[in-house]
Order: sequence, then structure tokens, then C-alpha cells
Amino acid sequence: MSLTSDPPVGKAAANGAEREDYSALKVVPVRHPWRWAAVVVTAVLVAQFAHGLITNPGWEWDVFADFFTTRTILKAVWITIQLTFYGTALGFALGIVLAFMRLSRSPFLKSVAFTYIWAFRSIPLIVQLLFWFNLTYLYKRLDFGIPFGPGFFSFDTAGLVGAMSAAVLGLALHQAAYAAEIVRGGVLAVDGGQLEAAAALGIPRLRQLRRIVLPQAMRSILPNAANEVISLFKGTSIVSVMAIGELFYQVQVIYGRNGRVVPLLMVATVWYIILTTVLSIAQYYVERHFSRGATR
Amino acid sequence: MTAMVDIRSVHKSFGSLEVLRGIDLEVRSGEVAVVLGPSGSGKSTLLRAINHLEKVDSGWISVAGSLVGYRRQGDRLYELREREILKQRTRIGFVFQNFNLFPHLTVLENIVEAPVSALRRPRKEAVRAAEALLARVGLADKAAAYPRQLSGGQQQRVAIARALALEPELLLFDEPTSALDPELVGEVLDVIKDLAHQGTTMIVVTHEIGFAREVADTVVFMDDGRIVERGAPAEVLDAPRHERTKAFLSKVL
Repeated sequence: MSLTSDPPVGKAAANGAEREDYSALKVVPVRHPWRWAAVVVTAVLVAQFAHGLITNPGWEWDVFADFFTTRTILKAVWITIQLTFYGTALGFALGIVLAFMRLSRSPFLKSVAFTYIWAFRSIPLIVQLLFWFNLTYLYKRLDFGIPFGPGFFSFDTAGLVGAMSAAVLGLALHQAAYAAEIVRGGVLAVDGGQLEAAAALGIPRLRQLRRIVLPQAMRSILPNAANEVISLFKGTSIVSVMAIGELFYQVQVIYGRNGRVVPLLMVATVWYIILTTVLSIAQYYVERHFSRGATR
Repeated sequence: MTAMVDIRSVHKSFGSLEVLRGIDLEVRSGEVAVVLGPSGSGKSTLLRAINHLEKVDSGWISVAGSLVGYRRQGDRLYELREREILKQRTRIGFVFQNFNLFPHLTVLENIVEAPVSALRRPRKEAVRAAEALLARVGLADKAAAYPRQLSGGQQQRVAIARALALEPELLLFDEPTSALDPELVGEVLDVIKDLAHQGTTMIVVTHEIGFAREVADTVVFMDDGRIVERGAPAEVLDAPRHERTKAFLSKVL
């Protein structure tokens, strides 16, 4: 087209005289043949996978069914749930304290919290668990008293730190470091104007946190916290190194005895999937509760 | 009349930037003072200092006879604990430019929160008072709404009701209409005018010259951390004596 062309006289005339009427015409949508090809290929692959899962005798679904709800397995699932619960509860309780230490104005509290988080994020969980398990080797007795001074009362570590409590302690201390950062992130995400408004209204400090800051921080804490709970839940399988009868350990014990490795791993897998699903559903409802008044 | 607010030689710096360079101001009980001035002149900092949201470096501020942020004992001034400062603030209402309503609480809960938690009023009584305040700002039907469901003008009216719920002796407004769409400014100014006519002591930082002319007893013009000129609206707005006041007014009028 040339820039100096004459105005399109013909079209302009048509525009002025009568406009074309498209309303009677049939609309033909765009076809996507390659999308259909991709659907067919994917469907075949999925069908093959399902076929392999169901028909391959190696999966031994009958053995799976035999063991899935036996007493031993159910007991192991219960221990796994307990480890997750206590690890999460203690971990987040300590994490909240650490988060507010890092947010405080005291340089000492800040650096203690920072160092804690640095240390426990640096040490692999499995190494830390073995440390706790061998605490008796390091410290024979625990004294409560003045540092470097006299003690008031003391414990034998052997009686204090059993395998189960060592595991809970290890998981909780590990979890606290991550929880602290998640909580801190959530608190920082709350608009500064909210605290200012609360302060201007004279609302007491603790009430500001509980009523104004935390409910809003929860919105950004929850998705990350749910991630952490789920990963801790599956992470409890690491505790099997301490010979605690949680799900993964018990499964190993059974297949060590009867040699049916694959179906028993499936028993553990399906339990992990079921419980993770329950947690995800719980997450949905808790998040919905804390999204009151929000537009997205 | 007695001085409700008494500000004496107040200085405040942020780092090397001195934002308040010796402010002296007195606001009488029942007076409406409007503070004008270019942005960066220290108006908002001064307002926030009155509420102790900003701590001053030197000088002092007293509200209704008590020093803000300090307690005098003999010849010493003791810095107040946070709890005591919070208690002082319940006597001063503050309205923010960006409303700062609590988004996760309903309109009613926003208003009830401070009377219940800071003044320990019985909840039932606070709810009744809040409903009356909502009616007063024309939002009686919005009690159950969440702030984000309201327009900016409605949110600011809720914020005013929230500040009034503490029955403050003094109201501070920090550019209450600057974040609003032009057609919503009027409804908020009407509420403030209403309060002014009822004899509420208030200090309003604003850019609404028309509002200043209509409502103010005193217009204070600030520039560069100092009060350049103060007087009745007719003096300061129509016959400014200072060059900087003239220059500012010629730009905004």
C-alpha cells in the first residue's frame, strides 16, 4: 500500500450507503488437529501405565491388601501421625518465638535467633537426629542452675531422652528453624499501616499481635506452613534410622522378613498419600477461614 | 479558652534530614486548625508527633495538659512505657490518608475493637455506640461489610467513626481525602465539617483550600520544617504576608 494513495472512494461510498450484515452467517470455530493428536498419544500412555499397574503380578496387590490394615501397620501409622503432630506443634511454637526474636529491636535476641536458624538449617536432619539419639554419650547428666556455677537439680540423660522423645526433639528443633522464617515472612507481609493504626487506637501490644497482625500474616504463612507440615510428615520416615516403629521402619521390618518388598513399599506409599490428602483438605478449609474480607 | 495542644520548639530529624526545625503551635479547645504546605514541609511528621507515632528529638508537646510520651516527676522527665503511651493515644483520634482499616474485620468489628480492648468497655455497649457512630457518618447499613467491599469515601468515613469510638478529646486528620477519587472527597469533608461545627478540637493536614476557608478557625502554613505563617483563613489565604505562602497558594488555587 502506498502512503499517498487516494482515499478508498468505493468502500467509503459503500459504508455510507449500506453496511454489510453478518448476522445471518454461520460461525466456524478454529480447529486444533494437533491438540487432538496430543490427547490421543497421552491417553494411550496413561492407559498403558494403568494397565501395567493393575495387571503386572509383580505389584502383588493381594499381599498389599493383606498388609494394608494389619495391626502392626496401623500402629506404625499412628506413631507417624504422633511424630508429625508433636514435631509440628513444638516446632511452630519455638518457631514463633524465634521469629519475634528476629523481629525484635534487641541486637542480642536478634543474633541468637539468627544463629539458631543458621545452625539448624545447616545441619542435615538425619545427622541431627543421630546426635540426639547419642546424647547420653556426650552428656551423662543434665544440670539446671547457674551457667558455670552451682546446679539446682539434675537428670540422667539416659532416662530423659528415650528414642521417641529424641526423635520428636530432633524433628521439632529442625522444624523450628524453618517455621521461624515462615512466620517472620508472614509478619513482614502485613502492611505497616496496620500496626500504626492499631498503635494509634491504643490497642494493647499483645492484642495487636493476636487480633490484627497474626490473622493477616496467616494468609501468607499458611501455604508455606502446610508445605512444611506435609514435608515433615513424610520426613518422619528418616526417623527409621533410630529404630522407632513408625510407618517406614515397620514396612522395612516386614519386608525384611517376608521378602515382599514392592507391595509393602506400596502399603507405606498409599498411607502417605492418604494422610497428605487429608492435610491438603484441612489446609483448604483453614485458608478459607483466614481469607475473610480478602478479595483474592 | 485553654490550650488543648501546646507544641514548644519541636525538632525532629530523620538521619541527616531535619524535617521539623523548631515548631511552636498552640491549638485551643474547640479550635479547628488546618495545616497547609507543600509536600515534604513536615506537616505529617508534626501531626504524627502529636500522637507520639513519631518521637521528637527535642522540644515538647502536651495534649490536654499532659506531656506526650513523658511523665514529669520533680525536675525529671521519665520516658513513658509503651503501655502508658498506648493509653495516652486513646484520648487522641487519628485518621490516616490510607484509612488503614483492618481488612479482616467487618466494619462494626473495626470500630468496636479499640473501645473493647483499650478502654475495656463492655462489648454490648461498644456495639451500640458503634452503630450510632455508623449512622452518624451515614453508613448504618454497612456494619457487616468488610472494608474492601466499600468505596474509598465510605472506608474513610468508617475510619473516622473508628477514631470517634474512643471519644477522643482531639482529632488529627492526615490528608484524609488525598487517596480518594475526586467525586468522593465531598462526602468525607462533609463528615469532618459536621464534627467541626459540633465543637470538636481538630488539626487537619490537607490540600483542600476550600475546606480550609470554610471550616478552619486557624490556618497554619508550613514550609521546610517551619511554621511560616498562621492566622484566620481570611488573613492567610486571601492576604498572605509571606512570599512562600503566596507562591504555594498561587499554585494550588
